[in-house]
Amino acid sequence: MTEEKKNAGTDQKTINVGFIGNPNCGKTTLFNAYTGARLKVANWPGVTVEKKEGAMRFHNHNYKLVDLPGIYSLTCYSMEEILSRQYILSDDVDVIVDVADASNLERNLYLTLQLIELGKPVVLALNMMDIVNERGMEIDTHRLPEMLGIPVVPVSARKKTGLEILMHAVAHHVGKGVDDMEHHHYHSAPSTHKHDHHREFAMVYSDNIEDKIDVIKERLKAAYPQIGNHRWHAIKYLEQDKEIMEQYPIEYKDVIDHNYEKEIINQKYDFIEEIIDEVLVNKASKAAATDKIDRALTHPVWGIPIFLGIMAIVFLLTFTLGDVISGGFEKLLELFSGGVSYGLEAIGASPVLQSLIVDGIIAGVGGILTFLPNIFILFLALAFLEDSGYMSRVAYVMDGLMGKMGLSGRAFIPMLLGFGCTVPAIMSARTLEDMHDRKRTILVTPFMSCSARLPIYVLFSKMFFPGCATLVAMSMYVIGLVVAVVISLIIGKVDRKSSKHCLLIELPEYKSPNAHTIAIYVWEKVKDYLTKAGTTIFIASIILWAILNFGPHGMVSDMSESFAAAIGHVIAPALAPAGLGYWQIAVALISGIAAKEVVVSSCSVLFGIAGINSAAGMSAMAQVLGGMGFGALNAFSMMVFCLLYIPCAATLATIKKETNSWKWFGLAVIFQLAVAWIVSTAIFQIGSLFIA
Amino acid sequence: MTLAEGNVGHTYEVQQIHLEANTERRLEALGLTEGTTIEVLGKKKSGTCIFNVRGTRLAVGRDIACGITLKGGDAQ
Repeated sequence: MTEEKKNAGTDQKTINVGFIGNPNCGKTTLFNAYTGARLKVANWPGVTVEKKEGAMRFHNHNYKLVDLPGIYSLTCYSMEEILSRQYILSDDVDVIVDVADASNLERNLYLTLQLIELGKPVVLALNMMDIVNERGMEIDTHRLPEMLGIPVVPVSARKKTGLEILMHAVAHHVGKGVDDMEHHHYHSAPSTHKHDHHREFAMVYSDNIEDKIDVIKERLKAAYPQIGNHRWHAIKYLEQDKEIMEQYPIEYKDVIDHNYEKEIINQKYDFIEEIIDEVLVNKASKAAATDKIDRALTHPVWGIPIFLGIMAIVFLLTFTLGDVISGGFEKLLELFSGGVSYGLEAIGASPVLQSLIVDGIIAGVGGILTFLPNIFILFLALAFLEDSGYMSRVAYVMDGLMGKMGLSGRAFIPMLLGFGCTVPAIMSARTLEDMHDRKRTILVTPFMSCSARLPIYVLFSKMFFPGCATLVAMSMYVIGLVVAVVISLIIGKVDRKSSKHCLLIELPEYKSPNAHTIAIYVWEKVKDYLTKAGTTIFIASIILWAILNFGPHGMVSDMSESFAAAIGHVIAPALAPAGLGYWQIAVALISGIAAKEVVVSSCSVLFGIAGINSAAGMSAMAQVLGGMGFGALNAFSMMVFCLLYIPCAATLATIKKETNSWKWFGLAVIFQLAVAWIVSTAIFQIGSLFIA
Repeated sequence: MTLAEGNVGHTYEVQQIHLEANTERRLEALGLTEGTTIEVLGKKKSGTCIFNVRGTRLAVGRDIACGITLKGGDAQ
């Protein structure tokens, strides 16, 4: 009777559900199955850990779903773990759905036992039941809830089975405590402990530990009667959990003589072994397929070449296919731009307005759209690799090489992609879970010479190094690589916090990537790029357009009278030690902040040379420059400066967005300018000694 | 012997784990406790290796592999 009344009341109230589970247990796929693309992604307050929220309605109930980070346990050693347990203990959560990989039950149950100890209502979702069935394994889903004291619901997120049953179980478990349990501990001797805990708690420890838990529990109850679960907090005391001990200090040294964490973990696993013995039937003899595949993919000799082959394919798809589509966008943009120009002239719009719309806005938006196909294809490929389980193998395979540079194996991908275009390269740094690693990789990636800088090398090497132009252009790539490696090594030595990095990663079973998961992932990334990076690129383009086209007396047609030129005159002396003390060069470099390809066209405008890429144009330019005292060494120094100085506005915007910090953005800008100046000055000064 | 010296395809029992507390806890949360049986699945020259513990496949670097002592070898 009261059950009915209670349910009638909860019809209107929203049920807050937290999804938690190990990484790679299919939690995200399950979560997405309920929320679809109607996700809200944000960060937990004050940290860079992602929080996903969704809502749904089912059977007269409203649910708010929150996806917690994938974690293996609830200790205080990582931000993800602390956040998750704080969130669970708060009033924001009514029921926890513990998503477990049923084909890997043993390890997944460790988190389950910890969750049950927290004292909030838990429902165990046995995910990947389709794999369990395929392998001929069987799980006794009647005995398991009896041993754990919580509802157990078999589901398959991939095949979309059991989903409604799970939510139904959640709705009915709100406000419930522990269900009736029945288990026997065959191995233990009769207990001398005062209370029989086996009726109340799934996980009961040895008498020794239970005695101590009781003592600490009473002290906590006396000192802090308001906290919810005294037993859990007492257990944390025995584990010497810093966070809890700091939050709720009490006298404990007389009871807790050493850290009981190891014993507690061992006893939990002893219980888990008992459970598995009773509940798992026909344990699969071997996960054959994954091991076979891994023999090739993680082969000590062939692992790296295979990885490079796969990356070559990703690279090709991203940049060649992507560029083809970009090219199409550009053509359309040109037509559109031309049409708008014509239209504006026809209606007699002022030249300023025309320029603003065509050169400023349309060019700005076009700048954003040109990267879109590359980003889309890249993230499609990366999502595919990530979802299949291959990415963790990358961390293993490249660990040796990257480790020497103080970086994670996965850092290889952004650096490799940087040779094509730095914007998607930096975005791909997301595959690095450690924020510290990610930031350092982002700092170094722009030194990989992107394809936009190639026209600069081609022009200047052909002009000043006619015999060995290709060699000189290639040397830029090598210099970039060397600088990146050296800086990585230096940072690795200086920043001792992260250089103690040692590989520790789970290699999940391979699975066929899920189209729905990939679609949502790619959509999130694209949306992200358009809204955040996109707006910054747009604003930057407008600003650059303004300083290049306007001077103290209004709009100018001669770039030498613009604000940019004024700035160029101011900067030029600072560039003199690098052999670049010419205001036209300074302006060209400033224009390169919009996009590196623009440096060449700016040079052509600033020096008044038409057809700069033709043989005639080049010799004309060489003459003009020669007349100014700008020779081969200056040209080499120029190319090095272009290689190393700050990247284009799009990249800068992406750096700001991916590091989520103005501090790192500023650091990257100053750092790259400094490196560019130091290296090109060094080359010019040392080179001058030889030439003279 | 340590995990870094283990042979691919062999199973061993974990005798002791001597690592930084953080790392030890992470490994224990993953099921690597003293007395557990593990099977070495792959190894690189550097000592980095892949092994199976309680159904989980883990890859660890050389520093960690050197901190895990194993009891004899049970040939497969």
